[in-house]
Amino acid sequence: MANTYFTEDHEWLRVEGGIATVGITDYAQEQLGDLVFVELPEIGRKLAKGDTAVVVESVKAASDVYAPVDGEIIEANTSLSADPSLVNSAATGDGWLWKMKLSNTSQLDSLMDEAAYKAHIG
Amino acid sequence: MTGEDTKHLPLEDLHNAASARFGAFAGWSMPLTYPAGVMKEHLHTREHAGLFDISHMQLFDVSGPGATGLLNRACPLDAGALEISQSKYTFLLNEAAGIIDDLIVTRLGDQRFMVVANAGNAVEDEKHLGTLAGDFDAKVEPLDRVFLAIQGPDAWAALSRAGIETGSLLFMHGVEPRQNWFMSRSGYTGEDGFEIGLPEADARDLVAKLLQDERVQWIGLAARDSLRLEAGLCLHGQDLTPEIDPASAGLMWAIPQDVRASGTFIGADALRSILERGPAQKRVGLKPDGRQPVRAGAALVDADGNPAGHVTSGGFGPSTGHPVAMGYINTALAKPGTRLFADVRGTKIPIDVAPLPFTKHRYRKG
Repeated sequence: MANTYFTEDHEWLRVEGGIATVGITDYAQEQLGDLVFVELPEIGRKLAKGDTAVVVESVKAASDVYAPVDGEIIEANTSLSADPSLVNSAATGDGWLWKMKLSNTSQLDSLMDEAAYKAHIG
Repeated sequence: MTGEDTKHLPLEDLHNAASARFGAFAGWSMPLTYPAGVMKEHLHTREHAGLFDISHMQLFDVSGPGATGLLNRACPLDAGALEISQSKYTFLLNEAAGIIDDLIVTRLGDQRFMVVANAGNAVEDEKHLGTLAGDFDAKVEPLDRVFLAIQGPDAWAALSRAGIETGSLLFMHGVEPRQNWFMSRSGYTGEDGFEIGLPEADARDLVAKLLQDERVQWIGLAARDSLRLEAGLCLHGQDLTPEIDPASAGLMWAIPQDVRASGTFIGADALRSILERGPAQKRVGLKPDGRQPVRAGAALVDADGNPAGHVTSGGFGPSTGHPVAMGYINTALAKPGTRLFADVRGTKIPIDVAPLPFTKHRYRKG
């Protein structure tokens, strides 16, 4: 059974069996506008919470997406190389960015649930 | 996001009503995008007609017996050779021939010109021209106008339906069709189009009529930037600065031969000596390999890793379907096809010198 968490930086995490699938929220993709490129992370890279994991590029600007928790990258969404606009059209579905193996699941406790995130963006 | 010194467009309420997303540019709160988004706005302009609020730009009325002399001193221009209603792209230069601002000057009468200047430089331009005007019998008057651009292949037809006949007006010509109106066939997208300065009440009326036409949509500053970059047009503050001269910028076409040879404009001596020894760097188009945009500030190196120049504008071209950029590189490398490498967050992205513009200009020249 998967649990979904949200961060103040507008990322979502779907956690199942110690693996988190991470993406940006619909609110975030709307703020960024049309994406034209996603710089994906290397498999095996170890990230600490707050490290830049992915760079998403819109027509106008590049923006960092941070690791919301500690862990190791185990998969990147390579379909974004051909079609970065998936992040716009399906931010919480096919537009996911990477999967990571969590090294400290207690960090999840400080993240928001969907209701809290909705209140956060107002 | 916007401080108390931020200036607001007179038509801001209309942009709010159109659900624009705003951002700061050159001291103004400007509509960056509308709900359609930059990609669709950009393509709509190339296919139909885009309506831009560019009231942040400044119109100056320059008049008097010394108006021609003043402009010939401030700009590398033969203002007296312009025919009535003819426009010319030119610059304000400093003593080192650096570009203080790029402008469009239109002759409206024997002793009267309209000067259109960039938002970020308007205050400095006014001071500069005002100081020089003391040496000439000329007056420089900033005008309080709403300034709209309507750009794209359907621009003329949409204006016609809104009751504005553009008739025989050709590219780079401007007229005063009504009291306190200035309309030129020009723009900054590479498309056919018009720029219209007019009083606020008239502007509200015109905008309402234009937006009834399904071919016309509001277009934000983000698409204005991608459109001008594809068209190979310079943004002052990025591609042009007071440290860059017209020869390095590849804009000598804007300076008539006799003005180059014998003009007495500010910076003339400096420009002649730059031309004599040749500029050290030149502005070029740059096409990154692949899909990753290379943006302003990225350093460029040659195949051996030696510094080659830098990027001054870069992004994604919605019409070209690939990233596009411009920058300054060492003159020896400034040939289309030269392969360079751009440093993007530590990764070397192959990038080729490319001819400008990236999208063909479709101006109506006759």
